[in-house]
Amino acid sequence: MSEPLSYLGVALARPKVGFFELSSCEGCQLQLLNNEATLLDFLNLVEIVNFREGMSERGDNYDIAFVEGSVTRKDEITRLTEIRKNAKILVALGSCACFGGVNQLKNRFRDLDWVKKEVYGDFPIETMEVHPLADFVQVDLSIFGCPIKKEEVERIVTDLVVGKTVRHPEYPVCMECKANENICLFELGEPCLGPVTRAGCDAWCTSNRRGCWGCRGPAEGANLKQLEKIMHTYGFDREIILDRLECFGGFASFTQTAPTQDKKSPARRKKS
Amino acid sequence: MKLSCEINVHHLTRVEGHGNISISIKNGVVKKAQWEVVETPRFFEAMLVGKHWENAPYICGRICGICSIGHTLASIRAVENAFGITPSPQTASLRLLLKHMETLQSHILHLYFLAAPDFLGAGSVLPLAKTNPQEVQRALRLKLLANDACDIIGGRRLHPTRTVVGGFTMLPEKSQLEKIRQRLMASIPDLLASAELFKTFAIPDFSRETEFVSLKGDTGYPFIGGGLVSTDGVVKKESQYRAMTNEYCTEGFTSKLSKLSRRSFAVGALARLNNNFTLLHPTAREISKFLGLVPVNHNPYMCNVAQLVECVHVVLDSVRLIDTLLGSPWQEPRRQVKAKKGEGVGAVEVPRGILYHYYKFDKDGKVTKADCVIPTSQNHANILHDIEALASQYARTGKQDREIELLAEMLVRAYDPCISCSVH
Repeated sequence: MSEPLSYLGVALARPKVGFFELSSCEGCQLQLLNNEATLLDFLNLVEIVNFREGMSERGDNYDIAFVEGSVTRKDEITRLTEIRKNAKILVALGSCACFGGVNQLKNRFRDLDWVKKEVYGDFPIETMEVHPLADFVQVDLSIFGCPIKKEEVERIVTDLVVGKTVRHPEYPVCMECKANENICLFELGEPCLGPVTRAGCDAWCTSNRRGCWGCRGPAEGANLKQLEKIMHTYGFDREIILDRLECFGGFASFTQTAPTQDKKSPARRKKS
Repeated sequence: MKLSCEINVHHLTRVEGHGNISISIKNGVVKKAQWEVVETPRFFEAMLVGKHWENAPYICGRICGICSIGHTLASIRAVENAFGITPSPQTASLRLLLKHMETLQSHILHLYFLAAPDFLGAGSVLPLAKTNPQEVQRALRLKLLANDACDIIGGRRLHPTRTVVGGFTMLPEKSQLEKIRQRLMASIPDLLASAELFKTFAIPDFSRETEFVSLKGDTGYPFIGGGLVSTDGVVKKESQYRAMTNEYCTEGFTSKLSKLSRRSFAVGALARLNNNFTLLHPTAREISKFLGLVPVNHNPYMCNVAQLVECVHVVLDSVRLIDTLLGSPWQEPRRQVKAKKGEGVGAVEVPRGILYHYYKFDKDGKVTKADCVIPTSQNHANILHDIEALASQYARTGKQDREIELLAEMLVRAYDPCISCSVH
């Protein structure tokens, strides 16, 4: 377990890594522990100095910081800025960190006070509009997905350790889905964002006959207009497409879901 | 003798989410004993308003990274109850099997990775990989089995893909279930070895009389739906969950808190076991007795033991479920869903205790109101009162700061809190 590693005959340094979480379900970090078969090898590749969910020791001398979650309160900006200062490489881990994730669904509402009241009544509670990490600090690398795919994280971390360039697929989930020889979900009456969402998950949902909800954000050159046309042909209404496009925040530039309605009510509920 | 101490644990480690412990004792008198929850709220209940019903399980499963399957199943049950859909026996069996495997995965994660290091004098599981390789390999084997089974049944171990209102999008191959059955049988020695290991752990001697709330089983140890019960004698229907949880907000907690007959109550493995001991698989019951756990037990540290007992139960019950499923041909996996105006509650026993999802829909099946009551939020007040009692118990004994700090940390960890979930 502790023999020195080498790659192409070159000795590798074990980078010190830290895992941190802002507003999130912490599922992306847990995905790493969920990889039982290769967990110990993975741990050999890096030196974990900060992983609050898994260990008591904490250190601030890390080379790579993996940050999960989105920013939803002011103190998180301070924490994030600190982490950025300490880290050589800052990685946004998962859709919440990359795009705001499901958390940003609360941005649909124009009136943040209505959101607070809906959940907490008159009890004072601090929150703000949800932001991805990149709105506040420089993000060196993004790992997409809700949840992240552990094999992909391991590949990316390995690439980082051996000094390779990290690349994401530019093509959409549809390609991987076809390669997996699945029946097209449109034919089964299931709405799907596979044609426009960035691949890399090996068509995780669609191979399980669940339509893609776009958690990895748009593929290069995603053609949303064409998608809407196809979905319309198959009888899915705009609402169904919009539900998926706005779910994780990756398609924010396409959907323009900026709340514009009566401030006391949810934006889209009043639309009709 | 040392009779004063100051303990401040900021962002307690080896728990899910962010919580702080502070204890101040002066001359043998407790000045302060606080459990604080500082996690940021995500406002899931507001997010759902105006959304079409099919969004509910998809979005709400993402409340939690450990028990996403439980959240998804509670959410699905609430929607199905609102629309008057009864799952087929096949769907019910598959859901329970999936639930069991999540329980196993989550309990093993907690027992070995989060709790055990305290009992073995380590800061995390990492050094244990060297000092206790057998134990770590055993934990990884059990967790891998549970996670593989979740992949096969739910499509994915975290944020499942196949679970939908009306049933499943896809069924596992029967040969896959057979393999899981074999691995479950092969895991029994690992569970027995785990029991032997936990038998050697010094469980802190502490107890405080507590009201325990859980589902009440009729014929089986309860996990999905049914009546609600407390050890103080409160009995309610699933639809009356609000009268069982009485949520309120208070300073120091971004999560809501709950109470019932007393100032606080507890949910979780210990509560389930205290209320349903006779419904455990006989072998699980034997192991419970072997580990000194007989109801009603009021020592919160015994929650660890209760989780281990439940691991045995869910493994053996899963074998039974697989045998039932393999005994008949696959039926259509998914029922048609017709939305209608109405409201529904789904109560599910997730690893950390009883979880409720509630939704109200308009005639188009859009959410007009959502409410999720999380096990850990129901436990927070009880954790707080336990810490107070723990501090007074040790205030007079003159223990070192670090000892009291560790006992307090272990106490919170015993509840296996899922703090970000509790705030959601």
